[in-house]
Amino acid sequence: MKQLIELIVEFSNRIGRPVRLMEVCGTHTVAIFRHGIRSVLPEGIELISGPGCPVCVTSVRDVDTAIAIAMEPDTILTTFGDMMRVPGSERNFYEARAEGADIRVVYSPVDALRLASETPEKRVVFFATGFETTSPLIAASVFDAERKGIENFYIYSVHKLVPPALSALLADSEVKVDGFILPGHVSTIIGAVAYEFLASEFGMPSVITGFDPQDILQGILMLLRQIYDGNPKVEIQYTRAVRPEGNKKAVELIYRYFVPSDAYWRGIGMIPDSGLVLRPEYSRFNALSLYDIHVESKPEPRGCSCGEVLRGIKKPTDCPLFGRRCTPEQPVGACMVSSEGSCAAYYKYFNPC
Amino acid sequence: MCLAIPSKIVEINNMMATVDVMGARRQVSLMLLPEEAKVGDYVLVHAGFAIQKVQEDVAQDSLNLLQEVLQKLQDEDAYD
Ligand code: SF4
Repeated sequence: MKQLIELIVEFSNRIGRPVRLMEVCGTHTVAIFRHGIRSVLPEGIELISGPGCPVCVTSVRDVDTAIAIAMEPDTILTTFGDMMRVPGSERNFYEARAEGADIRVVYSPVDALRLASETPEKRVVFFATGFETTSPLIAASVFDAERKGIENFYIYSVHKLVPPALSALLADSEVKVDGFILPGHVSTIIGAVAYEFLASEFGMPSVITGFDPQDILQGILMLLRQIYDGNPKVEIQYTRAVRPEGNKKAVELIYRYFVPSDAYWRGIGMIPDSGLVLRPEYSRFNALSLYDIHVESKPEPRGCSCGEVLRGIKKPTDCPLFGRRCTPEQPVGACMVSSEGSCAAYYKYFNPC
Repeated sequence: MCLAIPSKIVEINNMMATVDVMGARRQVSLMLLPEEAKVGDYVLVHAGFAIQKVQEDVAQDSLNLLQEVLQKLQDEDAYD
């Protein structure tokens, strides 16, 4: 560790200018805080958080739509637990539940499928959120539903894809980044191949990094080496779990059931081909074909800077509501809801005194 | 949400495995694994599915990285 830190300092000195590295993934944001990584880095290296928090980027409209589905008769909406407190325009899932909607937290889509087979008189909808780590699981449960002939299981997919979001960030002139600490677990699925464009089109140093303190420091060192050498490429630090080609079986399963579609990211906006929707031939599993639901898009909560935070333009502490009107107990924006959200992570670990 | 935990396979039954996650036993599906797994292997588990095998024997990589980087800096300094 000590040697790693010394080498990081050495490279930082040799580079001789400030370097901004973005950790794309919320799990990294939390790990960086928990291990106190910032405190061992030289001043010239700044770590900024990116958009890799599924809860944070799920739009108000998508939350409102999921709640509207949950309000339909004979319907059970199932969701991962961390979505429960995300604010919709008028209420979150807990509040909708208090109003009579049947909303249940599941650990896995498998549980939602089991619930469907046990309660054939209900329509069981799974609110499918998350990135490429999660979408193969949802594809696998559709596969299982098909195989077992379970006909009351539906998906409302707001899945998102990481690489198109990185393209969108790099195309945004407000975003200033010198290198990407790429997500470890998303990359177990999509591999390094999915990011080649970062180096070839954008000349952006990128390292797929694990989550231990040593992993993160090594990832940073590898990025500094690329920057110093002027040789941007996609490297894998997290070789224990990430293969260059990823997990092809999982990727094939995703695209057997899903196709990319334009998706709206909270705080960022519409990003072309950055979401996943069920293929038309599998529309019988699509909750949106089952219900006639039209939800207006509503603005983000007033005063919330989540959009800038998710693009690394602002720090949570730059938001005037941070820690005052917006806290994990009373979140105003989505970035304060998820424990992986930058605002929540800053709130938990950042002590301004 | 993309949290995945390295877990050891203790039993395999068709496409399902029992894994040990920090002392707790869980059932996970193996259907997403790109290669066959056996008892004793470590897998990354995310929401009830093993998503990739984990190789615990690559600690060597990090040593190699340090050596490479040190060597590089020394070489450069030799030219200064
Ligand atoms: S502190 Fe709260 S209001 Fe401010 S950006 Fe974060 S989530 Fe939004």
